[in-house]
Amino acid sequence: MGKMSRSPWLLHYDASSCNGCDIEVLDCLTPKYDIERFGIINTGDPFQADILLITGGVNSQTEPVVKQLYSQMPSPKVVVAVGICACTGGVFKECYNIRGGIDTVIPVDVYVPGCAARPESIIDGVVKAVQILDQKRAAQNQEA
Amino acid sequence: MAKRSIIPFGPQHPVLPEPVHLDLVLEDETVVGAIPSIGYIHRGLEKLVEKKDFKQYVYVAERVCGICSCGHGMGYCEAVEQVMEIEVPARARYLRTIWMEMSRVHSHLLWLGLLADAMGFESLFMESWRLREKILDMFDATTGGRIIFSVNCVGGTLKDMDRDMLAGICRAADEIEQEIHPVMETFLRDYSVQSRLKGLGVLKKDDAVLLGAVGPMLRASGEAYDVRMLGYEAYGDLDVEPVTAQDGDCYSRCRVRLYEILQSLRLIRQAAEKIPDGEIAVPVKGNPKGEYFARIEQPRGEAIYYVKGNGTKNLDRFRLRTPTTSNIPPMVELLKGCQLADVPLIILTIDPCISCTER
Repeated sequence: MGKMSRSPWLLHYDASSCNGCDIEVLDCLTPKYDIERFGIINTGDPFQADILLITGGVNSQTEPVVKQLYSQMPSPKVVVAVGICACTGGVFKECYNIRGGIDTVIPVDVYVPGCAARPESIIDGVVKAVQILDQKRAAQNQEA
Repeated sequence: MAKRSIIPFGPQHPVLPEPVHLDLVLEDETVVGAIPSIGYIHRGLEKLVEKKDFKQYVYVAERVCGICSCGHGMGYCEAVEQVMEIEVPARARYLRTIWMEMSRVHSHLLWLGLLADAMGFESLFMESWRLREKILDMFDATTGGRIIFSVNCVGGTLKDMDRDMLAGICRAADEIEQEIHPVMETFLRDYSVQSRLKGLGVLKKDDAVLLGAVGPMLRASGEAYDVRMLGYEAYGDLDVEPVTAQDGDCYSRCRVRLYEILQSLRLIRQAAEKIPDGEIAVPVKGNPKGEYFARIEQPRGEAIYYVKGNGTKNLDRFRLRTPTTSNIPPMVELLKGCQLADVPLIILTIDPCISCTER
């Protein structure tokens, strides 16, 4: 991995996950994994976030929330689907209240599989997301 | 009279890792009412018994919640085993107990961290979660998973622990017991923590019983009620005493959970010492027919598993009453009369697990 170009801010939202991936996302912040050494901070505010981390498949009640959070984030933005439920629906795919993966609602850039996704793979996904963020920003600057 | 206003709280809120929505009715800064609305994590897991057979469903039951995963698998298996009249081998019962108590330690340490985070005590949050990693490492070593590790199956457990693993678990328990002391000192004696927690959200013993509180919430109000006293799995052979506190405020709930960590560490060591040799699972033949209620003590309180089988490989009905479901009515009562700034703390001290509640 080369030098990080920015210090991205994360927004985490649970769109009907079982909690497993959520606590692993939080785990990335704590001393053992310490995602902050990459300059990454977890924020609660969509207006200041660059990367949206979503866990869990989407159900009818979280769908508008996910869409709203996505639309409130400033552009360029990157979405990371954490856990197999967020990627495809996973074990809950056949449930009557589950739409499927996050990509049925908003565009997803990075998929992190696993049940529950391990902190190493979440960090890996976020680092990939930062590269995509750079590409998107470069494309946006070219247009402007 | 002051002007009433309604403030929406959630579903996406910095203090909550999970979405729950509350409409807080305020008079100036004082909360006079709270209207919870849930359903953000409803997936419809109970209905899935019609599509998965009763052995496959263990994996779904474990994914009801990522924090109490081991317990949900265990409770479901226990209910099915009772319906099918399966005698679980003694070693499997001990193994389940050890993993269950490890889950309790990890869940309580997680909660302590979240509480510290809600108070803005960042270093205490980091310290609690650093301790928790030791337990997760032992889960990883014994099962291969950190959070959801699928060890239960109908008829016993899927994995065994050898002597080295048991010794490793005891060593981790010793380390945590030593290192938790400064954390406990801070939670119980630190001036700023006390001023934030003491006297906040008082739930009296009678109210707690009347409103149906369970788990540490109930025990913090002085009622010595713990389902582990029933002696399911291996708890009958171990020394289980309910940990109680008298005041019923946020501080007492914190205190109960801290002492429960020590109790669980003691139980882990006891079980590791007493564990008998033998099989870890018995073969399961036939399909469940009949119904049963199983009760187990989850980290958050009493959980009830209802299973109804009709003689086919798919169950008729699976029903789960989770501890948070019963703790929401007392929480709504506690919120009335508190200050707006205290709302996140009061919500946290019931240790809400929304994904259990809504399934």
